[in-house]
Amino acid sequence: MEEEIMTDKRPIISTGGRGGASGSKKTLPMPVRYAINAVLVLLVLVVGELMIDGGAITRYQSTVLEQVGVYIILAVSLNIATGYLGQLPLGHAGFMSVGAYGCAIFVMRMAEVLGVGARDFTTGTPLTVLLVIGGLLVGGLCAAVAGIIIGIPALRLKGDYLAIITLAFAEIIRVVMLNIDSVLGFKLTGGAKGLTGIPGYSSFLLVFACVAIVCFLIHTMMKSRHGRAILAIRDNEIAAEATGVNTTYYKTLAFVASAFFAGMAGGLYAGCIGVLQPAYFGFMKSIEILVMVVLGGMGSMLGSALSATVLTILPEALRAFSEYRMIAYAIVLILVMIFRPQGLLGSYDFSLSRIIERVMNRDFPWKKKDDAPADAAKGEEVSADV
Amino acid sequence: MDIFLSQVLNGLQLGSIYALVALGYTMVYGIILLLNFAHGDIIMVGAYVSWLVMAQLGLNPVLAILLSIVACTLMGVIIDKVAYAPLRNAPRLSILITAIGVSYFLENGAQLVFGADPKVVPAFTDISTINLGGLALSFPAVVTVLVTIVATVALTLLVQKSKLGKAMRAVSEDMGAARLMGINVNSTISFTFAVGSALAGIGAVLYAMAYTQASPTMGMMLGTKAFVAAVLGGIGSIPGAVVGGLIVGFAEMIVTWLGLSVWKDAVVFLLLIIVLIVRPTGIFGRTMSEKV
Amino acid sequence: MFENVSRRQFVTGSAAAALALGLVGCGGNNGGDSAGDDAATSIKVGIMGPHSGDNAQYGLACLNGAQLYFDQLNADGGINGKEIETFVYDEKGDATEAVNAYNSLVQNDGVTGIVGDVTTIPSIAVAQASVADNMPCVTPSATAADVVTYGTNTFRACVTDPVQGVVMADFASKQGYKNVATLYKTGDDYNEGVNKAFCEEAESLGITITTQESYSDGDVDFNTQITNILATNPDAILLPNYYNEDGMIVTQARQQGYDKVFLGVDGWSGIYGGSENYADAADLHDCYYCCAFSASNESDVTKQFIADYEAAYDETPTNFCALGYDAAMVLAAGLTAAEEAGLEAGSEDYKQAVIDGIFASTVDGVTGSISYEDNGDPVKSSLIITFAEDGSEVTFDTIEA
Repeated sequence: MEEEIMTDKRPIISTGGRGGASGSKKTLPMPVRYAINAVLVLLVLVVGELMIDGGAITRYQSTVLEQVGVYIILAVSLNIATGYLGQLPLGHAGFMSVGAYGCAIFVMRMAEVLGVGARDFTTGTPLTVLLVIGGLLVGGLCAAVAGIIIGIPALRLKGDYLAIITLAFAEIIRVVMLNIDSVLGFKLTGGAKGLTGIPGYSSFLLVFACVAIVCFLIHTMMKSRHGRAILAIRDNEIAAEATGVNTTYYKTLAFVASAFFAGMAGGLYAGCIGVLQPAYFGFMKSIEILVMVVLGGMGSMLGSALSATVLTILPEALRAFSEYRMIAYAIVLILVMIFRPQGLLGSYDFSLSRIIERVMNRDFPWKKKDDAPADAAKGEEVSADV
Repeated sequence: MDIFLSQVLNGLQLGSIYALVALGYTMVYGIILLLNFAHGDIIMVGAYVSWLVMAQLGLNPVLAILLSIVACTLMGVIIDKVAYAPLRNAPRLSILITAIGVSYFLENGAQLVFGADPKVVPAFTDISTINLGGLALSFPAVVTVLVTIVATVALTLLVQKSKLGKAMRAVSEDMGAARLMGINVNSTISFTFAVGSALAGIGAVLYAMAYTQASPTMGMMLGTKAFVAAVLGGIGSIPGAVVGGLIVGFAEMIVTWLGLSVWKDAVVFLLLIIVLIVRPTGIFGRTMSEKV
Repeated sequence: MFENVSRRQFVTGSAAAALALGLVGCGGNNGGDSAGDDAATSIKVGIMGPHSGDNAQYGLACLNGAQLYFDQLNADGGINGKEIETFVYDEKGDATEAVNAYNSLVQNDGVTGIVGDVTTIPSIAVAQASVADNMPCVTPSATAADVVTYGTNTFRACVTDPVQGVVMADFASKQGYKNVATLYKTGDDYNEGVNKAFCEEAESLGITITTQESYSDGDVDFNTQITNILATNPDAILLPNYYNEDGMIVTQARQQGYDKVFLGVDGWSGIYGGSENYADAADLHDCYYCCAFSASNESDVTKQFIADYEAAYDETPTNFCALGYDAAMVLAAGLTAAEEAGLEAGSEDYKQAVIDGIFASTVDGVTGSISYEDNGDPVKSSLIITFAEDGSEVTFDTIEA
């Protein structure tokens, strides 16, 4: 049902998009672009679901795919703060944990109240679907609130100080998760025991529908006036402020959006694994997500998604590699920073519409350079790249 | 009264180690504005060197102390040359990510080489307790406090009185102008890394003496808390680092004394957050206006 | 705008490469699907645990123990003439990896029983995931009470945290300690569970708990807590933690001049004489801990096991090795029952028969005799271990269940 919401939304937003394209070049109208992308997303979801139902993808593989989806959301959400806003928060796993606990506790409590059994979540009734969507929103909102609490003091600082203060906040979140039960005197997070017995509500369909929605939302946000303000702050904060951009507001906005989506990813993770423990969401997890963003290219959604996919599947595919995974991450970080600081893809984003338009205009890369279009609509990101 | 004295000594010991590590942070940050995430991990390397020399090769403790300090010094200079020097003019974000990468590399490298299980560094001496008027004082605690005092005084003299210290202060003030004045900026930065890392080496030895174990991730928390100490005191300031270290050490001791040890880390970080919001330059720090 | 050829080719190329890699990865695992065909000649068993990362030493010890038992079983002709084939998975101590490993074991390798998981949280994740399959799992060492509560298919070879706490409280009472303090790690189910059970049992036996101090993961400085404890002047201090931290605490407490008794539980195993000596032999006087297995035990079963283990791996077995060995033995007892009933491997009846078989049998393991009454918690004996002057372990007492 998520897909329907999406297809409805796309044309509506597109009318606010850019106006007529340059001169005689043939272009695709915005509604058509959105329709093409929506159809592709639907196609991927349906084919994937059919393959799982038909047994072409085993449960092991689909669990790994769900984790890939979770990491894609985490990476693209961190990309908002790192790639687009140009800050370096080191506490992304903290937001993830707030969302994960928020969502899991909400779903479990509500399931108890409504009398929904754990089994119903795997089969999926309309009630459970609503409950899970509600849970993901609650998780996202909890993380967003945490994002506001952290963001307002943290964003007064920059660079190293921001990095260290977000790291500090993530540690505080972890300590609170661990000990809040003994302070409050009732069972909330399960403390050190961990939160167990979370129903397995995450499925391939749910996770990738969320991936598509998140990518779509981030994409439209970044193409909007708000997105341009955020990019302006990254490029030069003082200049942005001088031109009338409310820097505090937009920095907080980007930060909170990043936290919200991380919280959603946390909720999906909880439903995928069924057990949460505070220790999982430590500094190391934040770094892992950061490596995905840095490697893929800061500011490139495609890059984040691709590197999240590769870095999640690689240790599964090559079990021998997994022993050296951490040290490989470290070397990759250093080498990328020294030799290609903008990441493998830089700020490049894949655009299907752009390719189609090129084909329509018979403008192929192997033709000579002069008649290249001035500026085809850049960065029509397609979430179908997963 | 006995408890009070013992607890003060405990706080002093903890604070002294944080202060030594914070001094290293403060020097490197003061000169190239780099938060050297790998600083805590250099201590880890030093502790492993102590273990290698004493437990594996069975050599003299004095040799172990010297080799640890030398190894840390070299490590610091090599890290600077390999990872940070190519990025001197790169954006701050890139250098910061590189520093995280180096830290991550050292931790996981140590885990790969030595395994995740902690290694036990043998005792440097047989003395474990000093009796002072009926009060049993832990020997490592007393030594730690004394060594930190000596190291701080020596460092202050070095920075204030020596020619190299003058060069360091000049580079930290304005790198471009220092270069024009004929100061060899690169070797000054290397020297700063060497001094900071040597302090980390001393910290490693004291750490190994007090806590007897070396593990791959031991530097992470230690480094982060020492950074908190450096920020508290005002980054770039030598007395600031010492005062900051003692504040962090005493804060931890008091929280634990009250039986709230669970919230120890949270309290330290909360302290950092409050200081950064109220007085971002720290207790002894100078305000710097940003140039466009 | 980047319009040049190389960029475009680079991007599409890397996208294609990533996709191909993903497909290869999935495809590679697909190969295991058909592995179920030759089930007639072998019995497939999974062994999982953390073989790398922070908890690697436990996982590897359990793996070695379990593998040793299956190898011995195969040398004796296997079960029902079929050889045991083991599939080993490393889950790095991570719940996510553990669920992946479990799914892979069941779906790609087609195992009929699992020895694992090893540590608590991943074990709970696996226990939850395995209920739907009714897959028989025997964990060597996950001590948290929750692990066996999700279904009837999960068993453990060790005793739970609370049982250990009670054993030590009874021991303290028997030794005549009147005032006992505790120093435990928070944020860990194991330490908190033992501490709570110990304090409850001790107070019901008339022992005064003078203070309960705690610390967090990663702490190395325990001086402040020790000063607090010494101020209450206890007869004994309970340290329900793992050996590396216990070693530091013992050292620091002795430095502060404490020379009385320390009590511990099975986390102490390996504090001295293992890969490292985590405390000085001189500091380990008057330390007692309870444990399922000690190399110092003089019984024949233990001696035989130690000889076999040393022959196979060239090192002295630890508590975890013995528990891994016993867990394998428990699973084998269940598999034997199912095989004798002549059921088809992998069928629902077969799995249920394995579970029923485990409930029905009593296994004489190296950690004592193990039987199950109404859930996956074993009924078994414990040893009390202390240290000689040179630091070597001495079996002080055996406490029957």
